[in-house]
Amino acid sequence: MPSLDDLRKRITSVKSTQKITKAMKMVAAAKLRKAQENAEKGRPYSEKMNNVILNLSKSITDKENAPKLLVGTGEEKVHLCIVLTADRGLCGGFNTNIIKKAKSYFEKIISEKKTLKIITVGSKGYDQLKRQYKSYIVENISFKESKNINYFDADKVGKIIIEKFEKNEFDVCAIFYNKFKNVITQIPQEQQIVPLNEDKDDKDDSGNDNDYEFEPDEDEILSNLLPKNISTQIFKAMLENSASEQGSRMTAMDNATRNAGELVDRLTIEYNRSRQAAITKELIEIISGAESL
Amino acid sequence: MSNLFNIDIVNPEQSFLSKDNVFEVVIPAVEGEIGILKDHIPIISFLKPGIIRVFSESEEQNFYVEDGIVEFKDNTLSVLTSSIFDLKDADKNFVSESISSAEAELSKDNIDDQKRFLLNHKVEVLKSISIN
Repeated sequence: MPSLDDLRKRITSVKSTQKITKAMKMVAAAKLRKAQENAEKGRPYSEKMNNVILNLSKSITDKENAPKLLVGTGEEKVHLCIVLTADRGLCGGFNTNIIKKAKSYFEKIISEKKTLKIITVGSKGYDQLKRQYKSYIVENISFKESKNINYFDADKVGKIIIEKFEKNEFDVCAIFYNKFKNVITQIPQEQQIVPLNEDKDDKDDSGNDNDYEFEPDEDEILSNLLPKNISTQIFKAMLENSASEQGSRMTAMDNATRNAGELVDRLTIEYNRSRQAAITKELIEIISGAESL
Repeated sequence: MSNLFNIDIVNPEQSFLSKDNVFEVVIPAVEGEIGILKDHIPIISFLKPGIIRVFSESEEQNFYVEDGIVEFKDNTLSVLTSSIFDLKDADKNFVSESISSAEAELSKDNIDDQKRFLLNHKVEVLKSISIN
């Protein structure tokens, strides 16, 4: 049985923890709004980019000579995985969910005896993966210094990927990130960016009758466009990720605040009970002492 | 009949400009400037460093772009670019910085002809901005 003093100390400590989690929740809520806005603002760009590429790839008749970034190298021996995570913890299952998704993919690759290469973006992902997959990690990038997500950072990652592709260091590239659905739900995503997977189902062929004029020719435009598309996809993933991170942190901190409240209530009751018990005990001692006289 | 069409300029962070009352846009496409009017046939091209000129009924707007992709379809001109600014808000320091960084890049030996051409062009355009 803890003494009164112990209980009092615990109550104060839980209360101050609660203050911290409450503050973190409010900060996350404010940041979430901004991150969400940014994610929405960034959407038109990636959508338009997708449209243009879709229209272009439709008009490419000669699949054999199409750019390799679009159709792949024809092999799929070496897989490069880009794992995008947060730089900070205390955001619930946010980082763990991405890692989990990525790990199951890694296991599949390894069991198929293919070569695996990992690039981690964000320090939390690196921390969690280095224990098990240290030998596979080829690069570890972190944008802790940049306050806001900007295209420049995404472009850096994109350039690394292109560089590696041109050196034939991988055949297939996939990125892992959390897609922001709403504040409570974030869905870990696995998206293949090289070769480009076309979403055949969501576009009907109505655009086919559009005969575009190309200047210069299709191939040249595509080879100019595809590297940009990679950076764009990474950027989109980073935006979604940051909205998800804040959302996830907000829910996690909200839960923590509520739990702390419950804990304080329980401890207060226990504290009051044992105080009352002590008083009753003393009274009984006094009364029985007086009776024995 | 009106001879106006829509223009959307987007950069990765946000939608930069959206207008529905322009009658001519001149874009610095990679093989030369293209002037686009209403009912132009669908076209896809990409940009070299230069000035996009947007003419609407009431005003003329000029933007500097470094690279990007343009698509014209159904009387909507979409410009996707990662580097763009309005000439009116051009920052003298930024422009001169860009010039010097481009020149530094030019002085390297290991650049190919196409890149050299683009960089030369960029310097030219930027210098013409800083004079104005």
